[in-house]
Amino acid sequence: MGLFTSRKTVFVDSDILVIGGGFGGCGAAYESRYWGRDLKVVVVEKANIERSGAVAQGLYAINCYMGMQWDENQPEDHVRYARNDLMGLVREDLGYDIARHVDSSVHKFEEWGLPMMKDKETGRYQREGKWQIMIHGESYKPIIAEAARKAATEVYNRIMVTHLLMDKTRPNRVAGAVGFSVRDGKFYVFRSKAVIVAAGGASNIFKPHSVGEGMGRTWYAPWSSASAYALPIQVGAKMMQMENRIVLTRFKDGYGPVGAYFLHLKTYTENAYGDDYEATWYDSIKEMVGDYVDHQPVPTCLRNHAFLEEVKAGRGPIRMVTKEAFKDPHKEQVGWENFLGMTIGQAVVWASQNIDPKEINPELVMSEPYVMGSHATCSGAWASGPEDYAPSDYQWGYNRMMTVEGLFGAGDTIGGSAHKFSSGSFTEGRIAGKAAVRYVKDLGSNQPRVDETEYENLKTTVYQPMENYEVGRNEIVAGTVSPSYLLPIQGLQRLEKIMDEYVGGTSTNYLTNEPMLTRGLELLGMQKEDLPHLGAEDLHQLQRAWELHHRVCASESVTRHTMFREETRWPGYYYRADHPHLDDTDWHCFTLSRCNPETGEWAMEKAPVHHIID
Amino acid sequence: MPTFVYMTRCDGCGECVDICPSDIMHIDKTYRRAYNIEPNFCWECYSCVKACPQHAIDVRGYADFAPMGHSVRVLREEEKRIISWKLKFRDGREKNFVSPIRTTPWGSIKPPYDYEAPSPEALNAQELSHEPEALHIEALPTLPPK
Repeated sequence: MGLFTSRKTVFVDSDILVIGGGFGGCGAAYESRYWGRDLKVVVVEKANIERSGAVAQGLYAINCYMGMQWDENQPEDHVRYARNDLMGLVREDLGYDIARHVDSSVHKFEEWGLPMMKDKETGRYQREGKWQIMIHGESYKPIIAEAARKAATEVYNRIMVTHLLMDKTRPNRVAGAVGFSVRDGKFYVFRSKAVIVAAGGASNIFKPHSVGEGMGRTWYAPWSSASAYALPIQVGAKMMQMENRIVLTRFKDGYGPVGAYFLHLKTYTENAYGDDYEATWYDSIKEMVGDYVDHQPVPTCLRNHAFLEEVKAGRGPIRMVTKEAFKDPHKEQVGWENFLGMTIGQAVVWASQNIDPKEINPELVMSEPYVMGSHATCSGAWASGPEDYAPSDYQWGYNRMMTVEGLFGAGDTIGGSAHKFSSGSFTEGRIAGKAAVRYVKDLGSNQPRVDETEYENLKTTVYQPMENYEVGRNEIVAGTVSPSYLLPIQGLQRLEKIMDEYVGGTSTNYLTNEPMLTRGLELLGMQKEDLPHLGAEDLHQLQRAWELHHRVCASESVTRHTMFREETRWPGYYYRADHPHLDDTDWHCFTLSRCNPETGEWAMEKAPVHHIID
Repeated sequence: MPTFVYMTRCDGCGECVDICPSDIMHIDKTYRRAYNIEPNFCWECYSCVKACPQHAIDVRGYADFAPMGHSVRVLREEEKRIISWKLKFRDGREKNFVSPIRTTPWGSIKPPYDYEAPSPEALNAQELSHEPEALHIEALPTLPPK
């Protein structure tokens, strides 16, 4: 018996449980309730849904909008765009599905009160680029959260979900989830017929450029702790393309976005000597990836590659040429408001360093890698596609259901549907929400049941770090060094170092190979063995401990996928030095993995990429 | 740019504790006022700064790369539905910006259950809520079955 087994357990029953109240989760809550008027829809969020998830800070653009009403784009066009950007490998069925629905989400956002910028001449949404529209999005999240709060039967804030629960009556079927309150420490057992995982992707699994105070100024939110992947992986759901991490070209140190600068302000990059450098690297890129270099627009990873090579050649820093554009007061205003609306820290960096883009062309940097399914890469769970047209081997049940029965996903959680961004994640949540309602109605009396032994064991596991600390703390006088436990920050920094040095982080110029990955896995194995020895001083540190568990779990998946794919598919995101070319003969396919929950063994396989759009 | 809290302005109300997405604004037990317990987990998202009724929270750029002497202040006026920014450079230059944050009254969103209930058959079709009307086109696009 541990010190903390007396903690109270709270049971929450629902028909549909939504884990994570970001854009995916808010969409799931809204749609579940629309179709399931008589169902109980519960949202659980580790922060406060008013300002949680990747859009907590706001956004200045919606990056996924077709404009079908004006015949600006059709869903097919978006599939071609995403496919091209990801070097051929996307789930076209999932991408098309989001693209055909996304306009209705955006139109609801406007109706709900999101200030959309409009083109004064045409009255249409102001385009930033072909797919992007501009918004005054400081309150984008509070507006969407209002809709979700009204839709959900109950919202539980400040509950960190640590594990899913499985049905005791039927194998491979989900039955709920457990977690703890970060505020009062109570243990929560959520019993639910269907579960939608809409948690966050993975920041801080690779060592960030800044390791002091600035380690929080990552590009993706520091609270995106890979729960999107760990929760499904822990119960044996299949994952896809976890090697497909993203590296971003951003303004230096603040990671301020460049989209509006390139697309709307028409700024461009040059090397330290004022030269355009991308063409310099054309021949060498062609040698690596063949005709993909001739695709338009040039895939993001290849532009990254040119940037990296130029810096390696000694002609950095790379700069964004802003001086001309910022002479126009309107463009200057857009340039600054773009940051204030979504990356305030970049404005602070520039203010602190006296960088006025009217007078100085600001530096750019390549970020550390991130793993996510919502932005521009395909990492995530392997999910069933839409019933009306998905190829048969992409369809085994309800739309957006994973390979575990009753377990759905949206946003960062679902792989293969890159370039969904905020609006697409909300839309994917809606798709998953409606499918989950169908699933619950079809269940009838055949309902899952949680296993008391399972959640009681998990209760002991969940609070173990506090017990470790309570006991181990008495061994030492003071300070952070203990022979018995590791603090979550210590474990996180070890993880970041392993991933950075062995799995393609910044310190190796994003390069790895099989021996490095093998060594990385050995070290990750020891880190996994150390995880039961984390020490948490309080409930906040207990949250950090479980975030670390989730990050380590996702990191192992990333490493195994990176080892499995024996090619360099996305130069500029990472390089397999032992397989330096793109190989369409053997690797024009998806990589899938499953971790056996009983044995912990991983099985890897290939899955075909079906091109259903010409 | 991690946050910090001015001792003389904070009254310990806890709004920042309630809103912080990173759970790093806590109340100091001795001073009964808020402070940032983990600056290296701060995304400088300004959620707490905007939420503070006393304007007691400010930010100082990350010591890793931000020289001192700058400030980026914000006033989010929820009822007026605008947000105002004042930037001060290290060398004293200033810039000001004002943006709208919402076009409708807070709390005005119609919940999904206030719409007419969809037919049971619609649950098995591909259209989501409010479709096809909300798409502003005649019908939801589809592809031939594979």
